[in-house]
Amino acid sequence: MSDLKPSDLLDLDALLSDEERQIRDLAREWVHDRILPEVEDWYERGEFPARELAKELGELGFFGMQLEGIGDLGAVAYGLVELELEAGDSGLRSFVSVQSALAMYAIHAFGSDEQKAHWLPRMASGDAIGCFGLSEPDSGSDPSSMRTTARRDRADWIVNGTKMWITNGGVSDVAVVWANTDDGIRGFLVPCDLPGFSAPDIHKKMSLRASVTSELVMDDVRLPADAVLPGVEGLRGPLSCLNEARYGIVWGVMGAARTCFETALTYSKERMQFDKPIASFQLTQKKLADMAIELTKGTLLAYHLGRMKEDGRLQAEQVSIGKLNNTREAIAIARTSRGILGANGITLEYPIMRHMTNLESVLTYEGTEEVHTLVIGQVLTGIRAFT
Amino acid sequence: MNVIACAKLVPTGTPTLGPDHLVVRSGVDGALDPGDEYGLELALQLTEQHGGDVTVVSMGPDEAGQALQRALAMGASRGALVSDPSLRGADALVTARVLAAAIKRYPFDLVVAGVESTDGYTGTVPVTVAEILGVASVTAVRRLEPSDAGARIERMTERGYDVYECPLPAVVTVTAGAVEPRYPSLKGIMQAKQKPIDRPSLQDLGLSDTKATQTVTAVKDAPTKAGGEIVQGDEAVVRIADLLAEAKVI
Ligand SMILES: Cc1cc2nc3c(=O)[nH]c(=O)nc-3n(C[C@H](O)[C@H](O)[C@H](O)COP(=O)(O)OP(=O)(O)OC[C@H]3O[C@@H](n4cnc5c(N)ncnc54)[C@H](O)[C@@H]3O)c2cc1C
Repeated sequence: MSDLKPSDLLDLDALLSDEERQIRDLAREWVHDRILPEVEDWYERGEFPARELAKELGELGFFGMQLEGIGDLGAVAYGLVELELEAGDSGLRSFVSVQSALAMYAIHAFGSDEQKAHWLPRMASGDAIGCFGLSEPDSGSDPSSMRTTARRDRADWIVNGTKMWITNGGVSDVAVVWANTDDGIRGFLVPCDLPGFSAPDIHKKMSLRASVTSELVMDDVRLPADAVLPGVEGLRGPLSCLNEARYGIVWGVMGAARTCFETALTYSKERMQFDKPIASFQLTQKKLADMAIELTKGTLLAYHLGRMKEDGRLQAEQVSIGKLNNTREAIAIARTSRGILGANGITLEYPIMRHMTNLESVLTYEGTEEVHTLVIGQVLTGIRAFT
Repeated sequence: MNVIACAKLVPTGTPTLGPDHLVVRSGVDGALDPGDEYGLELALQLTEQHGGDVTVVSMGPDEAGQALQRALAMGASRGALVSDPSLRGADALVTARVLAAAIKRYPFDLVVAGVESTDGYTGTVPVTVAEILGVASVTAVRRLEPSDAGARIERMTERGYDVYECPLPAVVTVTAGAVEPRYPSLKGIMQAKQKPIDRPSLQDLGLSDTKATQTVTAVKDAPTKAGGEIVQGDEAVVRIADLLAEAKVI
């Protein structure tokens, strides 16, 4: 018998430093102890104990882990944590991604010293939760069409508009809101307890049920002059945040895929039909082999992008390759795994269907499959095919 | 208050025995004994509240360095690992002599350990260490705080707990559940690299004869239980009543 590990056929583990392995193991252990025993119930009830988990995640040091001066983690170690979190549930990974790579990153990259000093320590500790408001009811893949506005009223800003599909919206203390101004798109730090601000949750979701998704409704919200993020103007602001978060997804979805694959592999060796384990049928083995290969390829891709990021030479279009490939393969692995479990696969007793439906959101957010395909198309042809 | 925490690397999963009746340790994934994490957590809390620092001491193969790394990542200040091929198969007495010699190299007010290791289960090492060090020992501690006499200690009993006033230094074993062991943090893991791990040789410890005084000569499995009787049908109630009467339960 070969001693290759099914979830790591290429022994990518050997590429990691001891410290990276310890960090990965810590995330895995915490998810195992703290998330797996409960996540099925959260999912069924459509809830996520954000406050409680925020404190624990803050103590572990997972919020802002990749930011210089906060967690100072290398890109690969950061990716490994995202992978382990999403091996638990994409909702958990989304929670940490939005806090770390969208909200904290925006403040870290574009905030004033005062904004950083006020928000970053309490967000790192989990005492404050943040969200990131870019999408709107009528503005998704084309964020330049946003309608939210911020206009000057002497020194103050008055913000009006509705953001849609905002992860963590209803549980946030601060929203990073992108709005049109006379000088183009600007980012604003909006404390969520201000008059005129509300964040009703979106219900009846069939995906990311263990995650808070909300609208942000802003009706004449008055902000002081220093609420604007001084460091950036135009769409470059939100897009660079998304690039940071997307990098985490490249890793994260491989965690969801790993859980599905491992569940299917174990099940296939135990489930007997026609007097044999179903793993002994050639058709099943082909499914298992294809999944294992895509899993290890996708993880290798994530690892490669990670080392490039650490070298400071990772480009946005390369992150698109990772997001597109790994999300697509992860959802394919989830669907194949679901089939291997037969009827059992459709229940919440097994993690697969939960991951599968979660991945539908992950396929859509942070740039849809189509959008990333067009990004790569543009690289190849030099022709923009978005419009 | 300076505290020494004993830490052991134990195999993750069920330990298996080799042909020599010793726990197989090479090529097996290991981790810091979960039982030791309670002692370590208590040590960390005590030093956080009252000052001082925590030194973790371990005897074991080179891989036991992993257990020390974990303890350092949780917040201990330094580690000491005694590793020597001649210690393979060490019995509880030899282990205690080695640990006591290693512990003596550091100033300490308190030594903490788990109640028993999750692979060997003798539960005798910590009290033997106390004896060799010539200090007091209290087992099954659920609470400990400094007092005028040294430490006020609550010791678990079957019915509740006893309260002791105990002079320091002392060796205590800490029960599971006495405290909630923390997870290391990312910062902790990164800082652990910078922390020193001493590796004293047996010679450094002044130990020459470390041959085990006891060896395990045979291991016998407990007899497997025979299958029970399944009672069903109309007669079941009567049959169950008979069985219970037979067993003198009713
Ligand atoms: C669970 C969840 C959480 C989210 N969290 C956040 C958040 O925290 N913050 C935030 O700002 N947003 C968030 N989003 C929103 C997400 O970013 C958007 O849903 C995404 O950008 C797509 O926008 P849309 O849903 O409006 O789809 P649309 O843009 O309307 O797209 C619909 C379809 O048309 C395709 N399409 C659009 N344009 C083109 C084109 N030019 N060529 C080819 N095909 C095209 C798309 O690929 C897609 O298949 C979240 C979404 C979900 C589901």
